Amino acid sequence: MAEPFLIGEDMTGGYGAADILHGCTLAVDPGQIAVIVGPNGAGKSTAMKAMFGMLKLRAGHVRLMGEDITALSPQDRVAKGMAFVPQTSNIFTSMTVEENLEMGAFLREDDIKGTMAQVYDLFPILKDKRRQAAGELSGGQRQQVAVGRALMTQPKVLMLDEPTAGVSPIVMDELFDRIIEVARTGISILMVEQNARQALAIADKGYVLVQGANGFTDTGQALLADPDVRRSFLGG
Amino acid sequence: MDFLNAIVALGNYVIVPGLTYGAQLALGALGVTLVFGILRFSNFAHGDTMAFGTMVTIMVTWLFQALGIGFGVLPTALLALPFGILATAALLLFTDRAVYRFYRKQKVNPIILVIVSMGVMFVTNALVRFAIGVGEYQFTDGARFLITAGRFKAMTGLDEGLAIRTTQAITVVTAAVAVAVLFWFLGSTRTGKSMRAYSDNEDLALLSGINPEKVVAVTWIITAALATTAGVLYGLDKSFKAFTYFQLLLPIFASAIVGGLGRPLGAIAGGFIIAFSEVTVTYAWKKVLGYLMPEGLEPSGLMQLLSTDYKFAVSFVILVIVLLFKPTGLFKGAQT
Repeated sequence: MAEPFLIGEDMTGGYGAADILHGCTLAVDPGQIAVIVGPNGAGKSTAMKAMFGMLKLRAGHVRLMGEDITALSPQDRVAKGMAFVPQTSNIFTSMTVEENLEMGAFLREDDIKGTMAQVYDLFPILKDKRRQAAGELSGGQRQQVAVGRALMTQPKVLMLDEPTAGVSPIVMDELFDRIIEVARTGISILMVEQNARQALAIADKGYVLVQGANGFTDTGQALLADPDVRRSFLGG
Repeated sequence: MDFLNAIVALGNYVIVPGLTYGAQLALGALGVTLVFGILRFSNFAHGDTMAFGTMVTIMVTWLFQALGIGFGVLPTALLALPFGILATAALLLFTDRAVYRFYRKQKVNPIILVIVSMGVMFVTNALVRFAIGVGEYQFTDGARFLITAGRFKAMTGLDEGLAIRTTQAITVVTAAVAVAVLFWFLGSTRTGKSMRAYSDNEDLALLSGINPEKVVAVTWIITAALATTAGVLYGLDKSFKAFTYFQLLLPIFASAIVGGLGRPLGAIAGGFIIAFSEVTVTYAWKKVLGYLMPEGLEPSGLMQLLSTDYKFAVSFVILVIVLLFKPTGLFKGAQT
C-alpha cells in the first residue's frame, strides 16, 4: 500500500511522566475525511495535538507526503500546509471576522482576496458579518470563523478538534455539510468528534481510540455497522 | 460678566492643566497597557523608562543648544526627541534580550515578571541618576506662551486671564498625533493587527504563524516611543527630576487600570479621568465660586478639598474604588 498523505505512526507520548498515547497510528489521504472517535479520556485530542507537534513524542513519527516532520514546531507545520482548529479559543474574539481571516493568512505573501472569497462562498453568513467582532457571533458562526481562518493558509490538511462541540444539532449538520464540501476540494480532513454516529457517517476512514491505542480502524460505514463498535461506543 | 470670568478662571486653572496632564498620563498609560496586553505583565519599570528617554532627550537638547541648533518658537527638545526614542528603544530591546526573554522562555507566572520589572526599574532608575544627577532640570526653550494672561485680558476685557503655555499646546497636539498614529498602526497595518491577534489569543496567533519575538520587539519599540514622548512632554511642561518620574508610576497605573488593562482606548480615558480628578480635588475653588455665588455668600476659605501635596492620594483612592467595584476597568480590560 502506498504511503498515506499524512500519517502519525506508532505515536507514543504524553504531557508529563505518564504516556497518554500508546503506539497510536492515524493516517489520512487527499480529499478524504478521517474521523477519530472514542470514549472520554481515550486520547483523541492528544493524538491530534501530537500530529500537529503540540506534544513531544517519545516514540513514533509523523510524516507528511513522505517527509518526516516529527521534529517540526506547529508553526513550521503550518508553513508545510497543515492547519489546525483547536476545540476552544479558536478565534480572535476582539477582532472582526475579516481580520480573523487575514490573520489566518499571516504567513502568505501573495494576494489573499481569492481565498477570502472562497471562504465567504463556503460560509455566506461570514460575509454579512465581516465587520463585526468575532466574539459577538453565535457558537455555530464562531466555528465557521475558526474553520475559515484555518482555510486561509490554503492548507493541504485541515485538522479539526471537535468542531461541533456546543452547537445545536441543526448547526452541526450544516457544519458537517461544509466539511464535506471542503474535502471535495481535495483537502484532507482529520477530525476528532464527540457526535460519533454523525461523524462516522461522513467519514472515509474511522479510528476508534481506546486508552491511547487504536481500538478499531475501518471505513466509517463499516465501523457504524460493526456490532462491537456499536455496542461499546455508539450505544447499541 | 461674572459668569464669563468664572469660566475663564476654570479654564485657566483646571481645564488647560487637566488636559495637559491628562494627555501626558494617557501616553504613559498607553505604554503600560500595551506591554500588559502583549507581554502580559505590569511593567513597573515604565516610569523610569520615561525618565531614561527624557534624560537622553535633555542631553541631546543641550548638545543642540551648544551647537546653536534651535527649533524657532518650539522647544529644541522636540528636535532631540527622536534621538531619545532611539536610545530608549535600544535600552528596552537590550533589557528584553538580557532579562525578560529568559523568563518568557520559561513561561513563568506573570507575577514573577512584575517582580523582574521592579528589578529593571531600580537599575534604570540608578542609571538615570548616575548619568544626569538627582537634581531638577528645566530644558524648555523657544516661546514661553502661546497666549499670555495679560494679552487675553486686553483682548477680551475680562478680569480673568487665560494663559496657554507653548508646552501645554505642544503636549496636547503631540499626544493627539501619537494616539492617532498608534491607532492607525494597530488597526490598519499587518504588524499592528498581528499584535492585536497575539494580545487576543497567543496560542492561535502562533498557529497562524505570527512570530512572537517580532511582536514583542515591535511592542518594546512602540513602548519606547510612547514612554519617551510622555516623559519629554511632562518634563517640558513641568521640569525633569528622576524621582518625580518614579512617582508618576502610580497615576499612570491608575489610568491604565481605570480604563481597563490591555485596552488602548481605556488608557486614554483613564489618563484624563485621573488627571481631572487630581486637578479638581486639589484646586482652590475660592476664585471660581467667588464669581458664581451671590453677593455675600462668597466662600471665605480657599475651598480646596485636598492640599496638592496629597495629589497621589487621589489616584490611589480611584484605583482602590475601581479594583473593588469594577476590577476590569471601564472598558472591560483584563482582570488584574
